[in-house]
Amino acid sequence: MVQYAVLALGGMGIVLGFLLAAAAKLFYVKVDHRIGEIEEALPGANCGGCGYAGCSAFAAALAGGDAEPNGCPAGGSAVAERLSSILGVETVKNTRLTALVRCSGGARARNRFQYEGIGDCHAAMRIAGGYKECPYGCIGLGSCVKSCPFSAISVVDGVAVVDHERCTGCQTCVSSCPKNIIVPVPYYADVNVACSSRDRGASLRRICDIGCLGCRICEKTCIHNAIHIEDNLAAIDFEKCTGCGDCAEKCPRKLIVDAKLDRGSRLMEV
Amino acid sequence: MTWQSLITMSLGAILIENFVLVRFLGICPFLGVSKKLDTAMGMGMAVIFVMTAASAATWAVQEYLLKPLDIGYMQTVAFILVIAALVQLVEMFLQKAVPALYKALGIYLPLITTNCAVLGVAIINSDNGTGFLESVLFAFLSGVGFTFALLLFATIRQRLEFAEYPDAFEGFPIALVTAGLLAMCFMGFSGLEIFP
Repeated sequence: MVQYAVLALGGMGIVLGFLLAAAAKLFYVKVDHRIGEIEEALPGANCGGCGYAGCSAFAAALAGGDAEPNGCPAGGSAVAERLSSILGVETVKNTRLTALVRCSGGARARNRFQYEGIGDCHAAMRIAGGYKECPYGCIGLGSCVKSCPFSAISVVDGVAVVDHERCTGCQTCVSSCPKNIIVPVPYYADVNVACSSRDRGASLRRICDIGCLGCRICEKTCIHNAIHIEDNLAAIDFEKCTGCGDCAEKCPRKLIVDAKLDRGSRLMEV
Repeated sequence: MTWQSLITMSLGAILIENFVLVRFLGICPFLGVSKKLDTAMGMGMAVIFVMTAASAATWAVQEYLLKPLDIGYMQTVAFILVIAALVQLVEMFLQKAVPALYKALGIYLPLITTNCAVLGVAIINSDNGTGFLESVLFAFLSGVGFTFALLLFATIRQRLEFAEYPDAFEGFPIALVTAGLLAMCFMGFSGLEIFP
């Protein structure tokens, strides 16, 4: 009896094994081995920052020659270099981006009414465009926090804040914000304006303790002619900006973010 | 087979004796791939496909190998062997012959090679001693029942994203609580009879 079981199962195993081996030869499909290598080199967060459906789709496009090695914004220059070496092409330098929330309001910006609905910015937007007095400002319910595949965003005092060291510049949050106030900025930019309000100073002062009044002090301070008031809002021209930080120091509302003060000059790293 | 018995069988396989929610088989993919509707759909289709094919293969093994040699006690081992080989074979064949279907099912096929729901349907069939056609039909309907439960659960989980519950329940805990409630609902179908 026992020998039957052994023979039957052993025989089945051998037959099936040969069948699989034969099938592997018969149904052999040539696969580009680089696709697997490229996929391993990618961050694997499937953030979609490259414009493809995910990391494997990007890998396939790269192996097929449809994409560039520096097409992965999340991986930065390190990944771009590795991809270039896999493909055997020259390294293309990647400009690192980071996300910036153009609002500093949060608890310092007044509310129009008390909102008790679903904890999501898009849901809050449905009710009269959100519960903040300022139509431009951050709602602070964290749709961007949920969308970030790298856990780089958090809501502090009612306003979303990006951790620039964790941010990979994939721009997933940019499209997740119903107010469209998250923008990609160069990682090496030293000063940034953290406000989106185009209201006049007098009316803005009533609803927000920190928003840009368009007072032109920064414009007058800047010796490089790099910061200008457009539509009552300061805008920096990164081509001209040297990152001296004078505007950030002089801004009466302290809403120009000087990253140098946080972690030394990023210009040094360039 | 009359159409009455066909309806009774479908009701039994899909609602009354639902594989996931009443028999508690195939819980792993039920929790694993039910976060989004489209992945749940892909997994469901793959399970239907594999269940149907595997029940045909295991029926043959049971009938022409295990029964004549009187080694029914090796059933589980033999079935796993056959199912695993079959899925591998089908995967290779699909990759070559039907790349579109391979892309749609591809990542889910290896996942269900040794799924207990697939093994379960084979063993239930041999326990009931049903004929070939009936076995395959039952397997197909069971797969439909699995897919039905998976899709229901996926839609609920998508809505859970916006629900408010204590932070400690984030992720699997709330999924398990939801699955338990869903299983209780399905208990309500027990004893359902259309043709008494």
